[in-house]
Amino acid sequence: MAETSADNLKTTPLYERHVAANGRMVPFGGYSLPVQYPTGIMSEHKWTREQAGLFDVSHMGPSFLTLNNPSGDAEADHAAVAALVEPLICGDIAGLKPGNIRYTLLLNDRGGAIDDLMVGRSPLFGGALYIVVNAGTKEGDFALIEAAAGDKARLMRADADNALLALQGPEAVNVIAQIAPDAVELSFMQYAPFEWGGERLIISRAGYTGEDGFEILVSAANAPKLWDALLADPRVKPIGLGARDSLRLEAGLPLYGHDLNETISPTEADLGFAVSKRRREAADFPGAARILAEREGKLSRIRVGLIVEGAPAREGAEILDASGAAIGVVTSGGFAPSLGKAIALGFVPPAHAAQGTRLQVSVRGRAQPAEVVPTPFVPHRYFRKLKAS
Amino acid sequence: MTTKFTPDHEYIRVEGSTGIVGITPYAQEALGDIVFVELPSVGKVLKKGDEAAVVESVKAASEIYAPVSGTVTEVNDALTGNPGLINSDPEAAGWIYKIAIADAGEIDSLLDSDAYAELTL
Repeated sequence: MAETSADNLKTTPLYERHVAANGRMVPFGGYSLPVQYPTGIMSEHKWTREQAGLFDVSHMGPSFLTLNNPSGDAEADHAAVAALVEPLICGDIAGLKPGNIRYTLLLNDRGGAIDDLMVGRSPLFGGALYIVVNAGTKEGDFALIEAAAGDKARLMRADADNALLALQGPEAVNVIAQIAPDAVELSFMQYAPFEWGGERLIISRAGYTGEDGFEILVSAANAPKLWDALLADPRVKPIGLGARDSLRLEAGLPLYGHDLNETISPTEADLGFAVSKRRREAADFPGAARILAEREGKLSRIRVGLIVEGAPAREGAEILDASGAAIGVVTSGGFAPSLGKAIALGFVPPAHAAQGTRLQVSVRGRAQPAEVVPTPFVPHRYFRKLKAS
Repeated sequence: MTTKFTPDHEYIRVEGSTGIVGITPYAQEALGDIVFVELPSVGKVLKKGDEAAVVESVKAASEIYAPVSGTVTEVNDALTGNPGLINSDPEAAGWIYKIAIADAGEIDSLLDSDAYAELTL
């Protein structure tokens, strides 16, 4: 992607579209991206919950890991490529069915999160994975995956020559039906290639808002055309990074670099579901000793959701117990447009993590009441087929 | 009656010895949807440049500074239930607090509307 000389920020293939729509461009993950459009974060957020929001997430790191010498036996080739990445992560990749995606974490040998990511098994070929990592960590992630692949597989980065769009919200399925009719058959956490005007799109039914929706990988050359085609639907509006953050916060989804970092384990981050059963039983993932001990109760902190009374408690705000003693810290916090109140994610000792526990947060030196609540704050509305495999 | 401005985008509308303080239309536009306002307490003594209030948007908190020294005489309680008044009507219904001006000379050092308009071009 092009670099702007002024501040050395990269631009996405949709940069001109954002500028033309009067997007307020800010630096994010090394890219110039819109934090909001003129209608503002609040209305963009609500539009996504009620209709369909279109996000440019081309700063992220989509990639394909493909065996160099596949045997032609799809199951054996899948097992071989899964075996290359599994030593880096805590998810069961070998057990993925064709076209299915798993949320997992790259871990260091202390069980801390190097990144969280999506790994999908190709619906078409054995020995090919679709891997999407975060923008801020992608160089390091790709280096780790390439090192693990050695000469057995090659990693093809798809971030430079493509755009990644996210279409999210209850109307997303009706909108995608106009672009790729068969994509409506995908279940949550499945992906497949589709044809659109002679162009190949990789569409996954996933996202970062808690809503039903899709992520679409499209070539840089065709990205503006697809962006325009999606926005031609009156149910679709462009949504900036500000609402992306408030939507994912309401959905209780962690943001890497804030709610996850290299000291935080999946257990602490309340992402125990991402440590697959087969991997737990084999104890064969980085930091397994720590993470398995945490699962047995040796846990010093855990991520919780908080409803905050009064001013929003932002990242870094101290969490206090009812007596005023500091017990933890807010890692993400803000105002929840769907709820009309302040919410936060933060870490506290398990003894303070039960739903309904009355805590406090310190905002500008004053203690405000807060209560531990279950996450997501706003229910997920993912589309899961009955008996989806 | 005159209205003066700070480079930090507060306005102060001077009515006799009282000033009515809020943020400018430019500032509310830049901040976006205001979701919470922390008001000063009545009787609080402020020096020019002190933090007087905080307005919070969905994304961030922003301090509102005292344009002049003085004592807070009244706050706009309507903002507690309806912080969006700052967005919809920043110069009238969205005022934040009133201050008894301690030193009228400080008013003269603030920007007039032409100078402020030039700043926000």
